Amino acid sequence: MTRLVAAEWIKIRSVRSTGWALALTLALSAGLGYLIGRSFRATFATISADPRQHFDPLFATFYSLTIGQLALVALAVLLVTGEYTTGTVGASLAAVPKRGLFYASKVLTGALLAGSVAVVTVLATFATAQAGLGPHGTSLRGAGVPAAVAGACLYLTLIFLFATGLAGLLRGPVPALGILIPLLFLGSQGLGNVPKLKAIAQYLPDQAGMVVMHIAGQGPDPRFSRPYGPWTGLAIMALWTVAALVAGYLRMRRDP
Amino acid sequence: MCGRAARCIVAAVIEVRQLTKRYRHTVAVDQLTFTVNPGLVTGFLGPNGAGKTTTLRVLLGLTTASAGQALVGGRAYASIRAPLREVGAALDANAAHPGRSAANHLRWLARTNGIGADRVVSTLELVGLAAVAHRRVGGFSLGMRQRLAIAAALLGDPGVLLFDEPVNGLDAQGVRWIRQLMRSLAAEGRTVLVSSHLMSEMELTADRLVVIGRGRLVADTTVGELIARAGTNSLEEAYLRLTEDATAHRAGGAW
Repeated sequence: MTRLVAAEWIKIRSVRSTGWALALTLALSAGLGYLIGRSFRATFATISADPRQHFDPLFATFYSLTIGQLALVALAVLLVTGEYTTGTVGASLAAVPKRGLFYASKVLTGALLAGSVAVVTVLATFATAQAGLGPHGTSLRGAGVPAAVAGACLYLTLIFLFATGLAGLLRGPVPALGILIPLLFLGSQGLGNVPKLKAIAQYLPDQAGMVVMHIAGQGPDPRFSRPYGPWTGLAIMALWTVAALVAGYLRMRRDP
Repeated sequence: MCGRAARCIVAAVIEVRQLTKRYRHTVAVDQLTFTVNPGLVTGFLGPNGAGKTTTLRVLLGLTTASAGQALVGGRAYASIRAPLREVGAALDANAAHPGRSAANHLRWLARTNGIGADRVVSTLELVGLAAVAHRRVGGFSLGMRQRLAIAAALLGDPGVLLFDEPVNGLDAQGVRWIRQLMRSLAAEGRTVLVSSHLMSEMELTADRLVVIGRGRLVADTTVGELIARAGTNSLEEAYLRLTEDATAHRAGGAW
């Protein structure tokens, strides 16, 4: 398995799109994190007393991840569908004929990459967002912060793996991104809070995973509350991820 | 047998037994049986769509057979632990990611089968791509991509080699290079199976011929026998006569 992960790692780092996607993930997350922090800081005095009292600096801190994740998800899709669009999958399966083993090595390498990128992105975003928020920010030792930081790292890793499984199922970048980008973009715009859709939309993978990052399901307003807590939400997201990875595996067993 | 100068190759026999591959509406390979032995170049001939590529893909486990078997050294390809060390295949010149360099394409392949990085360098030299090793494959000509596919096949120094239409898109120099390469691989004792739809090319390269048409075996013979049997003096003529039936459905059809 080690040599298969090493081989997948060579594949990942030997195409230019990897560097671009990772740079974009970091730049969008940390850059927007700073700007969002700045904008909250600038308008803080004008916020009316009640919402100001419930202001959650972690919402302002991690909101930019909902945009930054789009680049990370695009990378996951390209790494899988690139095998099919370029015909590399023939060479891959000739080298590793056991398809489950090939798929597992791809998923594991992706998970290791996504996990590392997630830690860097989340910590950088946290730092820039606090710089932007200034006196309204929080610190890594603040109440609930360590859990939210850990949750955000898990969120980014899971969304990467969810995209990996979906891309394995669909095999083409257009259908995979055609589902993921609108889903995640509308998600960032509050799809899970739209009154009539909420009953179902709040269980979508990104919506369920956002609670742990304080992006959804926080505050006293019942319109934005969720019937599950942060870790249950992350577990719902993990279930989606497992389902997507299993679907991708079942498709992998079929001939390329 | 294995002298000091000669390299010792343990080459396996390829056995295709009663192989059938059905797709929804067509039968690509129909109860095909033949054997490919070491030390020879075996030409795998047939018109376009005869089932050559499908047979090779089943041999490599890329396509599952509907019935029958395709074995290398008595085993299914998928059960070989480090397959690139035993079987090398150049099936598709366009199987490398255009954004990756030639060296990196071979590096990841080598890594999967525990092949040393020094083989990447020596194989690139062998196929004449050392100078462009770090250039991206997307900028390669078809001939260069064919050479890279052949490098990938030779990477693990395997005893069995499969080439699917290797001369497609090559210039005269490239064609001669491949011809000499296949002859020398067979002379080293390896099992070499080369598919082609060009009889003229196989006449110069192959020792034995396996001819198929519409997925069925038409002839399993030597070059000399084939001419004798067909009663003509050109192999091209003999081949066209043999596969006449297999291509008859095209007659009268517009392009």
